[in-house]
Amino acid sequence: MKNNKTAKVIVGLGSCGIAAGATKTYNKLKELQLQGEVTFDLARTSCIGMCYKEPLVEVQDAKGSVIYGDMTDDKVSAVILKHLKEGVVDETMAVQSDQFEGSEHRFFDGQVKIALRNCGYMDPESLEEAEQREAYHAIRKIIGQGLSQEAVIKNVLDSGLRGRGGGGFPTGLKWKFAYQSENPEKYIICNADEGDPGAFMDRSLLEGDPHAVLEGMMIGGYAIGAQTGVIYCRAEYPLAIKRLNIAIGQAREKGYLGKNAMGKEGFNFDIYVKEGAGAFVCGEETALIASIEGQRGMPRKRPPFPAVSGLWKKPTNINNVETWANIPWIINKGAEAYAAYGTEKSKGTKVFALTGKINNGGLVEVPMGISINDIIFKLGGGIQKGKKFKAVQLGGPSGGCIPAELGHTIVDYDSVTATGAIMGSGGMVVMDETTCMIDLAKFFLHFTQEESCGKCTFCRIGTKRMLEILERITEGKGKQEDIATLELLAYQIKDNSLCGLGQTAPNPVLTTLKYFRHEYEAHIHDKKCPAKACKPLLTYTIDADKCTGCTVCAKKCPTNAIDGTRKEVHFIRTEACIRCGECYTVCKFDAVMVD
Amino acid sequence: MRITRIISEKPVKEQDKVDLSSLDSLFASFRGKHGSLIPLLQGTQHAFGYIPREAFSRISQETGIEIADIYGVATFYAQFRLSPVGKNIIKVCHGTACHVQNANAITDALKEELNVLDGETTPDGMFTLESVACLGCCSLAPVMMIGDDTYGKLTGKSAVKTLREMKNNPCPKKEATV
Repeated sequence: MKNNKTAKVIVGLGSCGIAAGATKTYNKLKELQLQGEVTFDLARTSCIGMCYKEPLVEVQDAKGSVIYGDMTDDKVSAVILKHLKEGVVDETMAVQSDQFEGSEHRFFDGQVKIALRNCGYMDPESLEEAEQREAYHAIRKIIGQGLSQEAVIKNVLDSGLRGRGGGGFPTGLKWKFAYQSENPEKYIICNADEGDPGAFMDRSLLEGDPHAVLEGMMIGGYAIGAQTGVIYCRAEYPLAIKRLNIAIGQAREKGYLGKNAMGKEGFNFDIYVKEGAGAFVCGEETALIASIEGQRGMPRKRPPFPAVSGLWKKPTNINNVETWANIPWIINKGAEAYAAYGTEKSKGTKVFALTGKINNGGLVEVPMGISINDIIFKLGGGIQKGKKFKAVQLGGPSGGCIPAELGHTIVDYDSVTATGAIMGSGGMVVMDETTCMIDLAKFFLHFTQEESCGKCTFCRIGTKRMLEILERITEGKGKQEDIATLELLAYQIKDNSLCGLGQTAPNPVLTTLKYFRHEYEAHIHDKKCPAKACKPLLTYTIDADKCTGCTVCAKKCPTNAIDGTRKEVHFIRTEACIRCGECYTVCKFDAVMVD
Repeated sequence: MRITRIISEKPVKEQDKVDLSSLDSLFASFRGKHGSLIPLLQGTQHAFGYIPREAFSRISQETGIEIADIYGVATFYAQFRLSPVGKNIIKVCHGTACHVQNANAITDALKEELNVLDGETTPDGMFTLESVACLGCCSLAPVMMIGDDTYGKLTGKSAVKTLREMKNNPCPKKEATV
């Protein structure tokens, strides 16, 4: 914090903030600035991870920093005026501060920010601010000290960094293979095709700190001897693409990218952005390469691995956004500093997107080795509406669920894999007692079935058959043999698919079968949904003791399935009921029962 | 990424002649570059809102790629549309977070309100209803996006209400972008 005379008011303008109305807040502050009652500099930053309190506004003045939450345009003026004019901090709205304990300090306390070190702390469209926060220090250090390619790779190897896209392959080793492939033309790719529904770590990183990703790629390019870097980014992330292009332009202008990059004779390295076109399978390395080449994004057999024959058949090294963002920090602070965090086999930190039925949904970066319970209850503030924690889904459609009983599981690649789930790219969807696990498995399978590229028969047809069985079960038409058929199909798909999509597609079904088999059995044998989520399996009845005969339900019922006159107990005719739940919602006396 | 991909059941009628001259600069900027097919298709869709039939033969002439291959690529990726869309695209998020917060109720309510199926356009060409995988504002779940505006924490009812307000007031004040 600089001790400026003029206070600085900073609005969080990431995608999630904008969705919550941060643009209106920004415009409101602009008005306030023009009115001239108080003077301040207005600035923007990106997502600080606290999505559940968006829009967020930070005030920096001589005293320090205060971050206010829920700053919609109707509230912001009063709070800012009070702060700047009267010098009074509205502590009910303050979520975090360096002067006192904000209401949300627990959300920050357990976090260690390495990949997200700058997100929410600077204007992502300003190179100057980025450089004040050490952008391009690491590449300068490498070139200034004349570090060899091998030395850079050794640094990354020693740090223990593993691929953050989900695979967990040691990054240094991957670099070594690409370095050892002899070819004058090599490529670096940044995988920003974040396809898992419910995951937005990479988006926030690209929107909040694009220079960190560029610098990581430059270091990778230097280490393996590549000339071109390609960022393959989802087209659904327009703000990320815009900020990346701004950052690339700034870096080129300064001579950080291009011919003799960073002033180093013979280090020719440039980066461009390639927009994806919407295919989940393109998160797979070889499919991604096919897509950049302008073909259908279908994976191919490996070997040869991309390190030997990748983009345009040249040696190529692909890493995920978060992996790249870690690299400059590792070079700056040293491999040991990074390896000091985490467990024996999983070093450093991991970013998670915390969503679902959780109080504090948002982005958290935690050291490896923290338990799932700690993430959910300490950082995440527990389950919404005080309900019971049932399970958490890790790794999106390729991952699996971890039940509440295993909440003590620590977050590292091997412990998570041992439960049947995978670490994945960092989506963490929390479920409570009202989530039906079969419905969830059906949701993920629907997704992978749609996104299967169709190359491997087992993935193309097997996922469809599995989906049909799950649909049947949730409609109350499940058969005795369905569970066995699901398991058989699941293992066949896993064993006979070429790429990660097929190999992991059955995971949600397998893990829910492992931990919630009784729910499958209840659906199939008793035709009941324990979570009361599968509509065809529900029966609505009216409790005669509670019904006052107010007639509201009968009036609301879209199919006139409710009989009864005023002041008399009402009755639902099950054969006419379409289970829309409207009566349950409108009854003021809790007289409608669901079973 | 779309969950329910748009499948046009109705045969495409003899389309009005589409003037492709606006694409000249696009073709010029990619001429001679390899791997340009997807950016060309994206540029075409950006200009027209979909990829008109005529564009396929033009792209084929420009790049030397077979029409069949171009069609293969255009139908592989969820982003590309082969028929015109409505003035307003309603994207209902069906990402994991929205799904567990009952996004289905929103799609169902909108389907009923607009009298279209998922992926279809209303006969007056005003609205297209789409399901998308994740809009990335999971903490506001369930959400939908109409044009560039995002609406969060919806229920079936509030989604319909938003839509009706839009119908009655088709030109809402454009918010200044930062």
